[in-house]
Amino acid sequence: MDKEMIKSFIAKRVAQELHDGDVVNLGIGIPSLVPSFLPEGVHVFLQTENGILGAGKLTDENYDPMNVVNASGMPAALQDGGCYIDSAMSFGLIRGGHVDACILGGLEVDMHGNLSNWIIPGKRMPGMGGAMDLLVGTRRTIVAMEHTAKGKPKILKECKLPYTALDCVDIIITEMGVMDVTDEGIVLKEYNPEFTVEEIQAATDAPLIISPDLKKMEF
Amino acid sequence: MAKIITAEEAAKLIPSGSTVMFGGFVACGAAHDVIEAMENSDVENITGIMNDSAKQGGPDGSDYYGWAKLIHSGKMTGYIGSHMGTNPEASELWAAGKLKVDLVPQGSLAEMIRAGGMGLGGVITPTGVGTIVEDSPFTECKTTINGRDYLIMKPIRANVALISGEKVDKMGNVWYKGTTRNFSPLMAMAADLVIVEAVNLVEVGEIAPEDIVTPGILVDYIVVREKKEN
Repeated sequence: MDKEMIKSFIAKRVAQELHDGDVVNLGIGIPSLVPSFLPEGVHVFLQTENGILGAGKLTDENYDPMNVVNASGMPAALQDGGCYIDSAMSFGLIRGGHVDACILGGLEVDMHGNLSNWIIPGKRMPGMGGAMDLLVGTRRTIVAMEHTAKGKPKILKECKLPYTALDCVDIIITEMGVMDVTDEGIVLKEYNPEFTVEEIQAATDAPLIISPDLKKMEF
Repeated sequence: MAKIITAEEAAKLIPSGSTVMFGGFVACGAAHDVIEAMENSDVENITGIMNDSAKQGGPDGSDYYGWAKLIHSGKMTGYIGSHMGTNPEASELWAAGKLKVDLVPQGSLAEMIRAGGMGLGGVITPTGVGTIVEDSPFTECKTTINGRDYLIMKPIRANVALISGEKVDKMGNVWYKGTTRNFSPLMAMAADLVIVEAVNLVEVGEIAPEDIVTPGILVDYIVVREKKEN
């Protein structure tokens, strides 16, 4: 798979985690692709940190880049029944557990469910934005990312970079497999048959617990 | 009652060395005319309190959108915000020691501004526990309530809040369009001097009372935006 195919593959599997009526916050990159792959009959409310509850489809008619943008500052739109809210309300929804899932990428995730994705000291320092609040407050955290970065594992025993939040990740979905983060560690429950379980473990620094119900990623 | 002035007059009300809250999210909802007037004025050493570093290449045709102008020119020397990814020039200036930066989580920032404006002594939030936010000068301490750990974040106020509204009536009542609202209603409560830029200045009564988000009593000055082509 090339890079774009990997991204779509991950997004497609992530989409299966969502339920009809869920309120969902999407990070940039792979997570932003998820809505295109929602199964039939599944409609979600997309929340954006800057103040959209119920983001909709951007068209020539509703294009209003001075007044309606998403959390990346790019033109956005509202769906029917959606609304605009201020930043306190937006994060009240997030911290208060009113957002069912956040889907975001990670620089590093570890076997304790800790996530580091907001800073590489001295190199890349964009700031945490809303990520810390999202990880602490949303009901379920789905990490959607490539399994490795330039061949190096991103799923570690312990994060090395500064944490975004502790014990916050529920599930990790990569091009290699689907992993639940449990109190016992990281459980591989689905694998991409393009890889062997040994290959997946070799690309993962944290020890993988192989689920007795291990199955192929299918969709 | 709010007084109507020009963008240039508004910029003169902002002394060098001030802390200024900029309403807007990636500068969507920023007071664009007043910021441009600041850029063309003698003001310097501004500490900005706002969500992010705005961006380069704005939908209004600007090279530097909103307060990205002040970051680029070096008029902004202090930065209290949550994110710099949309305009990496800010983090480059930070790395070069030319911009003093304090980053706090976005939801905490909103509540810290709200606390500053609403007479509260701080914000108790689970966000940032176990991270380097614990060491921030804006973090008072860590506490445990009902078995869960929280950080107590300090309230924030500013000398000036600079916001904009799609409709502003002559008493300063504000209605916001789309996602331009973001931090502005919170900031309007948390500054000694509040300047609102009106995309459209309307007569009192043209905004239904139920639709007024920021009451005019909070607003000191109104600037009418000149560039309306967008």
